Amino acid sequence: MSDTPASRGIVRRAVLDALGMPSLVLLASMTGFGSLARESALGLEIALLATAGIWGLPGQIALAELYAAGSEIVAVVMAVSLANARFLPMAVSFMPLLQPGLARRAWLYALVQFISVNTWAAGLRVCPGLPGAERRRYFAVFGTVCMTAALIGTAAGHLAAGALPQPVTYGLVFLNPVFFALIFADARDRATAFALLIGAVVGPLLHLVSPDWGLLATGVIAGTAAFWLARLPRSGARP
Amino acid sequence: MTAGFEAWPFLLLAIAATYLWRGLGVLVSTRIDPQGAVFRWVTCVSYAMLAGLISRMTIMPLGILAEVPLSDRLAAMAIAFLVFFGWRRKVLPGVAAGVVALVLLTVARRGGLLGF
Repeated sequence: MSDTPASRGIVRRAVLDALGMPSLVLLASMTGFGSLARESALGLEIALLATAGIWGLPGQIALAELYAAGSEIVAVVMAVSLANARFLPMAVSFMPLLQPGLARRAWLYALVQFISVNTWAAGLRVCPGLPGAERRRYFAVFGTVCMTAALIGTAAGHLAAGALPQPVTYGLVFLNPVFFALIFADARDRATAFALLIGAVVGPLLHLVSPDWGLLATGVIAGTAAFWLARLPRSGARP
Repeated sequence: MTAGFEAWPFLLLAIAATYLWRGLGVLVSTRIDPQGAVFRWVTCVSYAMLAGLISRMTIMPLGILAEVPLSDRLAAMAIAFLVFFGWRRKVLPGVAAGVVALVLLTVARRGGLLGF
């Protein structure tokens, strides 16, 4: 990978894209996680490594909450893992985009660590329009900026825990569902829209049935339903 | 901090158990045609899971958000959507409106402005 003007252009674009809303959200939401980690008796170094290593807020929150509750280690690890099981279908649907022109497949096993809701959504939006090498550069730079913002947020939250008023902490935690809901509210693709709508309805119901497996079941059931619904011929006039 | 030392096995195993899904994803993805039906189905599954997660986090949160009444969470989410769609689908104003609404609702309740 040579340092051509074109490659500098893509780096610049990735940095600018990531420095907007994604970094802001990660900074704020990871501040919430940092505070939670502190309250859960997890040290700063544990909180930072959890952010970079788990790199998925629901799993990180599960780790902090269940650790604080004194759960068995097997139950904690299972819960964190299941909370992040979405990374499997996300990686399957995104990583092939990073493959064209790649000599050593091992790189994909490193790049996949950057997958999170933010980077996945941005990658799916931007990467198809780029040549192979630029896709990898874009994704790596975007992911690095996001992770840096998240680590800063985690540290800030850990250090500020207890200093923030409780309503502000609620707001920081609430930021996650709001941000993702609005990102997805913009979906134009028919299959995607079906998947989002059915998933949003089925998700809480299946969580009641099984807190451990509800999310996976939601993905498979709602995703499959959406996949078939989108294949049906349209009835009536097109808008 | 002695409690912190005990947390290391939890953390390292949690990281490994999370990476398992990512690594498995790469392994499986190299055998799938990105234009094919399997790929599109998996994308649907991803979106459905994320939508289910967001919906669950709002309606029945596991953490401290459970201390906020459901009506406040739903109202704040509705305000976020209204601002988003009313403001040419701009994410930042929508998110800010939703978060500020939740904080203000909580403060109002504590101050007794909303009764209870």
